[in-house]
Amino acid sequence: MNVAAPFEGIGASVRRKEDYRFLQGRGAYTDDFNRQGQLHAWILRSPHAHARIRSVDTTAAAGMPGVVAVFTGADMARDNIGGLPCGWQIHNKDGSPMAEPPHPVIAHDKVRHVGDQVAVAIAATREQARDAAEAIVVDYDVLPAAATIDAAVKPGAPAVHDDVAGNLCYDWHIGDKAVMEAAFAQAAKVVSLDLVNNRLIPNAMEPRAAMGEFDRTSGDYTLHTTSQNPHVIRLLMGANVLHIPESKLRVVAPDVGGGFGSKIYHYAEEAIVTWAAGKLGKPVKWVADRTESFMSDAHGRDHVSNAQLALDANGKILALKVHTYANMGAYLSTFAPCVPTYLYATLLAGTYSTPVIYCEVKAIFTNTVPVDAYRGAGRPEATFLLERLMDVAAQETGIDRVELRRRNFIPNDAFPYQTPVALQYDSGNYTATLDQALVAADWAGFEARRAEAAGRGKLRGIGCSTYVEACGIAPSAVVGSLGARAGLYEVGTIRVHPTGSVTVLTGSHSHGQGHETTFAQLVADKLGVPTAQVDIVHGDTAKVPFGMGTYGSRSLAVGGSAMMKAMDKIIAKGKRIAAHLMEASVDDIEFERGTFRVAGTDRTKALVDISVAAYVPHNYPIDEIEPGLEETAFYDPKNFTYPGGCHIAEVEICQETGKVSMVNFTAVDDVGRVINPMIVEGQVQGGIAQGIGQALLETCVYDADGQLLSGSMMDYTMPRADDLAPISVATHTTLCTHNPLGVKGCGEVGAIGSPPAVINAVVDALRDFNVRTLDMPATPAKMWQIINGGRRQAAE
Amino acid sequence: MYDFAYHKPTSVADAVKLLADPDAKAVSGGHTLLPALKHRLNKPTALVDLSGIAEMTGIKRVGNAIVIGALTRHAEVANSAEVKAAIPALAYMASHIGDLQVRNRGTIGGSVANNDPAADYPSAVVALGATIHTSKRKIAADDFFLGMFTTALEADEILTAVEFPIVDKAGYAKMRNPASRYVMAGVFVAKAGGTVRVAVVGAAPCVFRQAEMEAALTSNWSADAVAGIKQDADGLNGDIHGSAEYRAHLVGVMAKRAIVAAG
Ligand SMILES: Cc1cc2nc3c(=O)[nH]c(=O)nc-3n(C[C@H](O)[C@H](O)[C@H](O)COP(=O)(O)OP(=O)(O)OC[C@H]3O[C@@H](n4cnc5c(N)ncnc54)[C@H](O)[C@@H]3O)c2cc1C
Repeated sequence: MNVAAPFEGIGASVRRKEDYRFLQGRGAYTDDFNRQGQLHAWILRSPHAHARIRSVDTTAAAGMPGVVAVFTGADMARDNIGGLPCGWQIHNKDGSPMAEPPHPVIAHDKVRHVGDQVAVAIAATREQARDAAEAIVVDYDVLPAAATIDAAVKPGAPAVHDDVAGNLCYDWHIGDKAVMEAAFAQAAKVVSLDLVNNRLIPNAMEPRAAMGEFDRTSGDYTLHTTSQNPHVIRLLMGANVLHIPESKLRVVAPDVGGGFGSKIYHYAEEAIVTWAAGKLGKPVKWVADRTESFMSDAHGRDHVSNAQLALDANGKILALKVHTYANMGAYLSTFAPCVPTYLYATLLAGTYSTPVIYCEVKAIFTNTVPVDAYRGAGRPEATFLLERLMDVAAQETGIDRVELRRRNFIPNDAFPYQTPVALQYDSGNYTATLDQALVAADWAGFEARRAEAAGRGKLRGIGCSTYVEACGIAPSAVVGSLGARAGLYEVGTIRVHPTGSVTVLTGSHSHGQGHETTFAQLVADKLGVPTAQVDIVHGDTAKVPFGMGTYGSRSLAVGGSAMMKAMDKIIAKGKRIAAHLMEASVDDIEFERGTFRVAGTDRTKALVDISVAAYVPHNYPIDEIEPGLEETAFYDPKNFTYPGGCHIAEVEICQETGKVSMVNFTAVDDVGRVINPMIVEGQVQGGIAQGIGQALLETCVYDADGQLLSGSMMDYTMPRADDLAPISVATHTTLCTHNPLGVKGCGEVGAIGSPPAVINAVVDALRDFNVRTLDMPATPAKMWQIINGGRRQAAE
Repeated sequence: MYDFAYHKPTSVADAVKLLADPDAKAVSGGHTLLPALKHRLNKPTALVDLSGIAEMTGIKRVGNAIVIGALTRHAEVANSAEVKAAIPALAYMASHIGDLQVRNRGTIGGSVANNDPAADYPSAVVALGATIHTSKRKIAADDFFLGMFTTALEADEILTAVEFPIVDKAGYAKMRNPASRYVMAGVFVAKAGGTVRVAVVGAAPCVFRQAEMEAALTSNWSADAVAGIKQDADGLNGDIHGSAEYRAHLVGVMAKRAIVAAG
């Protein structure tokens, strides 16, 4: 019997191929790789937020059992090891470059945050290395710390870097200030809001790990590392830190257990183990424990802003003015400077046709862990600011909050739409996603639910946010002009094997996204090869020609597009071979899902016939075409992609304890063409879980001395399943107009759209308490303070 | 963790001998001690694993009391038909400690001996007026918990069982710390004849009795009786999760809920 194969192409919810190995514990993560004679590194970290290092005495440590070496910053300096590079240069208002103080791999003059690397002990076992690290004697001259933005910008604040005045990394702006001021002068109403975007600690399930190896025969180095972009690490570490040519350095990022941005960056430990492996001639492994993750993985967000909206008498937005302080932490992490500028201020138009926008951003050094991109990166900060501001504006103008948004939406016929902050949106339909979400969430029926909840003593609220984000980063020339020190194309190779199975080499990196499935579906759709016969290879610089990696929801839009381009080349070559085999003209050959056909005839050749001919070229146009069927394409996007949508949150607050419970969450997202609806739903749900985490639970807290108070799971509230609500995810598609797939990206929308929806819902629940400013997270204690304070006021 | 010797005695007497070394430490479920060892916060010379001591296991009814062996896991107390019938509030409390994995490892002896200010058990021990059985003596609940992580136990003294009198009514309610899910404020109320005991955990450095509530409930066993009583915030814990004032407020809320639960 001939059973039709299930459709696995674009639009099918194919089950995730990779999950079979993950669910059976057969994944291979960095720590799963072990080598004969491997040594273990333990990093000694600073207990102080800010201190001068008077001396580091490693004598006792070096003599301890199992210890092979103890290295300090001085040892690295002696080997001429460079500092950790920053991949993006921002320029100040006056055109001068940002302050870019050195970021030593191991601190030698000063330590600048709790967790800063001070020395590394290397021994036969991890416990021996740790014992030795504890025996290192460091003489610190403890200095006052600048632990928060407020503390760091105060006159007379401690200088995190001796030669960076006022701890100011850069003072940047976008837009025309005079035009903005003129627009504000015309306003019928100005709404002003102070906002804090809380600092988050990413906490990927797999802690960071790195293993360096050195082959004495070939002189080759290999680094296994928990990275979202192994080629970028090879480039940065090889060229800037260790001075190893790419041809002698292989970077492997095998299975990686979540990244959320925190594994984009080049970290000190990667350089330490690679360098030490060369020095010692033995593999050296380092694996973070959770405590180290808290104090050494790049953190996210941490903005302090004032936003002002100028409106006319009808509630039309005339102008937006934003001032933001962005915390960089102690050093510039790899992409830190671009997050509060080109990934944030450029998103301040949101879904609205705001004609004038001016934003200034001061990036500040503090004695804290470096801050960099974290799921959404800049766009959640912009969305939170705008969508809170819209709700406050609605309250203060008396215009319904949904209506106010509608009135200001970019109309459907305005695409492509040029915003006043550099970006040009290619497509979107914000009214449609709003309407669909309002229906799905039964917005109209909310007041009845609120009344019912009141009968149970609960305060119920509903809130919405509409958002647009920019992903699929990005046209290389554009980002280059904005200060990126890299191109942001992607690379894909399609290797059709002689018997017709396919290997795809992609520069994208999957660390939870399901690429092995989604990417295989692209091949199934286009070449007609079943997904079971398509293997996606990623994460190894020795296998994949090049790549820029996975972040900013770029994998499908950029990496997928590179694959499409490479498949076009395969088809073009296949047509020539097919024309030869079927004795027809190339122009007459059509191709659809695995079949080459002479147009208008029943003469066909399957892809496998072509691949056999290509690798066994007995009957082959050998003078015209090379044998083999393998093509590589570099795809440089023409624009960002612009997912958008509407999120609606519904919450209940217990008046007695202040606990906020999520009762419902509705998302309608426009992510462009959907390749695998199940994976999109999972990605959106995961993002929303993180967004709810930011809104209700998570926050990184330093005390005035720069000690990390939320330094473990005992004090940092990661969202758990029962903190969430039923999350309904739907899509409404407008296609991206400039990439071959029409895709936009879905990895970050959840984390971008959800926090303001949740906070708007909480503020709505607190209607009777006149809440205007509400910083995240909305913890029970904070809610109780508002409710209790409100009662006290009422009683007076 | 640092190196240590490991012993697994099979009798209380042998365990006590091994604990004569002042730097040796007893371990039961290990759910408090092992994380501390992994973080290198503790450097015992030896671990004396109590889990092989048969005389410290089991739940039995003795007269008008339930006696629970120190090695009894939280899940066993939660699921015990004996406990559910005699002191349902105690089973309920045990069923809400930590999560499933914690309840399947953590023991009553470890929890009570540890006296974590944010632990649940001390509230039940104090409110029910339990008696602590040790390798040396019997200690009344009111004399046992001395302060944060401090009890009347001596270094070589092993907690062997906890004896809970069966009371007329008892109830427990707590607010969890959002991050750790340990207790932020928990109140256990119990009524035995004309005596009411109210014990508070989570809110202060050590479990304490709420005398004002006890007096009010003695004359009027109802949630209304405690409604007007304001817990003093002085001396309560305040941290990034909530101020002392918030915890004081929660004590009032949880007391009402506990009374309603007790019926
Ligand atoms: C993730 C997590 C969540 C948790 N959540 C909660 C919670 O919500 N509420 C709560 O109450 N607890 C909670 N706990 C603690 C848990 O209940 C512990 O198991 C318990 O507090 C200690 O019991 P144990 O048997 O594990 O003790 P161990 O860790 O073995 O020992 C703890 C201490 O008591 C001593 N000790 C152990 N047994 C005896 C004995 N018989 N005599 C004398 N000394 C002894 C040990 O030397 C040690 O100092 C949690 C633990 C974890 C890991």
